[in-house]
Amino acid sequence: MKELIRTLVETHGPSGYESKLRELVRAEIEPLVDELRVDALGNLIARKGQASPEGKQVMLSAHMDEIGLIVTHVDENGFARFTTLGGVRAQNLPGGRVRFMRGPMGVIGVQYHSEPYASSFEEMFIDLGAKTRKDCPVQVGDVAAFDRPFTNMGERLVAKSMDDRIGVAVLVETLRQLQSTPHALYFVFSVQEEVGLRGARTAAFGIDPDLGLAVDVTGTGDTPKGVKMEVGLGKGPAVKVRDGGMLTDPRVVDWMVRTAQKARLPYQLEILEYGSTDARAIQVSRAGVPVGCLSIPCRYIHSPSEMVDFGDVQNAVRLMVALLSEPVTLG
Amino acid sequence: MTPTNLPKNPKIGAAQIRLLERLTNACSVSGDEGELRSIVLELVRPAVDEVRVDALGNVLATKRGQGEGRPKVLLVAHMDEVGFIITHDDNEGFFRFETVGGADVRYLAGKPVWVGKEHIPGIIGSKPIHLTTWEERRQPISVDSLRIDVGPGNGSKVKPGDRATFATSFTRLGPSLRAKALDDRLGVATLLELVTHAPQNIDLLAAFTVQEEVGLRGAGVAAYALDPDLAIVLDSTPAHDLPSWDGSENTRYDARLGAGPAIYVADRATLSDPRLVRHLVETAEKAGIPYQIRQPGGGGTDAGAVHRQRAGIPSVSVSVPARYNHTPAAICRLSDWKNTLALVYAALLGLDGKGWKVEGV
Repeated sequence: MKELIRTLVETHGPSGYESKLRELVRAEIEPLVDELRVDALGNLIARKGQASPEGKQVMLSAHMDEIGLIVTHVDENGFARFTTLGGVRAQNLPGGRVRFMRGPMGVIGVQYHSEPYASSFEEMFIDLGAKTRKDCPVQVGDVAAFDRPFTNMGERLVAKSMDDRIGVAVLVETLRQLQSTPHALYFVFSVQEEVGLRGARTAAFGIDPDLGLAVDVTGTGDTPKGVKMEVGLGKGPAVKVRDGGMLTDPRVVDWMVRTAQKARLPYQLEILEYGSTDARAIQVSRAGVPVGCLSIPCRYIHSPSEMVDFGDVQNAVRLMVALLSEPVTLG
Repeated sequence: MTPTNLPKNPKIGAAQIRLLERLTNACSVSGDEGELRSIVLELVRPAVDEVRVDALGNVLATKRGQGEGRPKVLLVAHMDEVGFIITHDDNEGFFRFETVGGADVRYLAGKPVWVGKEHIPGIIGSKPIHLTTWEERRQPISVDSLRIDVGPGNGSKVKPGDRATFATSFTRLGPSLRAKALDDRLGVATLLELVTHAPQNIDLLAAFTVQEEVGLRGAGVAAYALDPDLAIVLDSTPAHDLPSWDGSENTRYDARLGAGPAIYVADRATLSDPRLVRHLVETAEKAGIPYQIRQPGGGGTDAGAVHRQRAGIPSVSVSVPARYNHTPAAICRLSDWKNTLALVYAALLGLDGKGWKVEGV
């Protein structure tokens, strides 16, 4: 599974430009599913199983896209100015390297300040090694993603775009391990999550599910003087109770907790103050859908070095398999 | 006009410029687009197969093409403009008001306005410089402290809920056009020309939308109802292509006058479908039509509501750039408008029905 994770995180796919990811995931899951399609926004939707009388139509969602940068101007000296795609943080950029979707690499530089200073994006630029506007290999509208290799620390894994390639990996691995299901499972590898859950919204409309489950990362409170939060790395996948955009259906929380306990799998309960996931978009689709979210605890989210615990990842897969193998009764 | 008299290709000539004058001089503040709607209906009705006004006030028209496998293409332009709404009668012809949509309070004081359906002339009064102190002139002015003054004679014709707009009449300035509400009467005029000269290879679904300036509200329901295969939104983007005051390079211009239609890659509300961006760029290059890529970043068009409807609608926006949008007077280049129409028309002719809706694997 680590090789799958490596391949996923080392592929570039900022919001709206997920096609390489889509091809990669499609190749992985094609032999495992009953039906595949790509919808008008680019979501990859795979069905496995058919709903038996006690089964449901279940939408599972992990987003393929990652945060990135988009060029707004190339100045007369060949430096590219940019704005962001998704929640990029300014302090994570200076000195970083980015890969443009059309190929070239760039380095992020900052205008000079004599005092220590928190710079804004407007004071930064991408240096592509060009000397003039004319020989700059990118143009206004070109899109880039962070460029960092995958690091395997054994228990802990570090990479850019663990958010949400780790969720993608969990869904792919779930498909591999799932023997049978009473449900029609729609595995959605969604687009444009980082710019406002746009892909999951249209996918949910198209699928019209009875139940929705997102798999995404969540923050942790286990770093020096970190944010106050119960969730930590290595304590199991987190069952989301709420985040900044969604209150999980309590029946879904119960079902997930019951299933984890029955399977003797570690889990944590997650209360996230900010942020949201595809589950929010599914929940308010059409006439409303009961939803939940299984979160992979992750440090340094939206930095080029996001860290997860491999045990949490494996337990997330085990829990997903347990959740989807049996009929669901929401109490 | 009978169909046989129609010129083959749409164009911007004297008649279209007169139409833009009529459209920009009309008052159509968000939520009260009736005046513009009646002009749109008058021109659309004879040219299309179906037209209706939906529950929110959008004008939805269908012009069917011919042949197999035609794509259903939605073209959108918003009828509304930013402005004001009367909130309270202070007597003697004075009225309190609020802004509607993104009108900047800093430039309201001292501007003439038209109020209500009858275009009652008024003024957003401000204290003459003779009577203000240095300290007062340094303070920002709040909307609460401003009043629209229509005079006691006309006060009885104005009531709370009436809308008001800047009293700016359309003017031709050599190669440029100056008017209020070029955002988005340029789009409306372009769409009217396309509807009356619709290409035959597509089913053209036209949505003249309401309430764009208050949050893309009309376009969402229009796209839901029309359920197209893809959408192109026609709007006007603000150009800030002025020389910087300190001589440094202007890196934040959004778009430039005279550089052709502005094609959107990304704004705050939409990531344009890359296939549609490519189609527009390739069409422009093949036909030798100048174009520019609008600077990615803020702002939003009706595409923000359209592309998220139903199971997803591939969308892109094309704007005629205009300086000073949302102020009393904007300026655009006639050449940019002509090139925008030419580009969109050529792009429509190059569309086929393949692969927009769902890609089977």
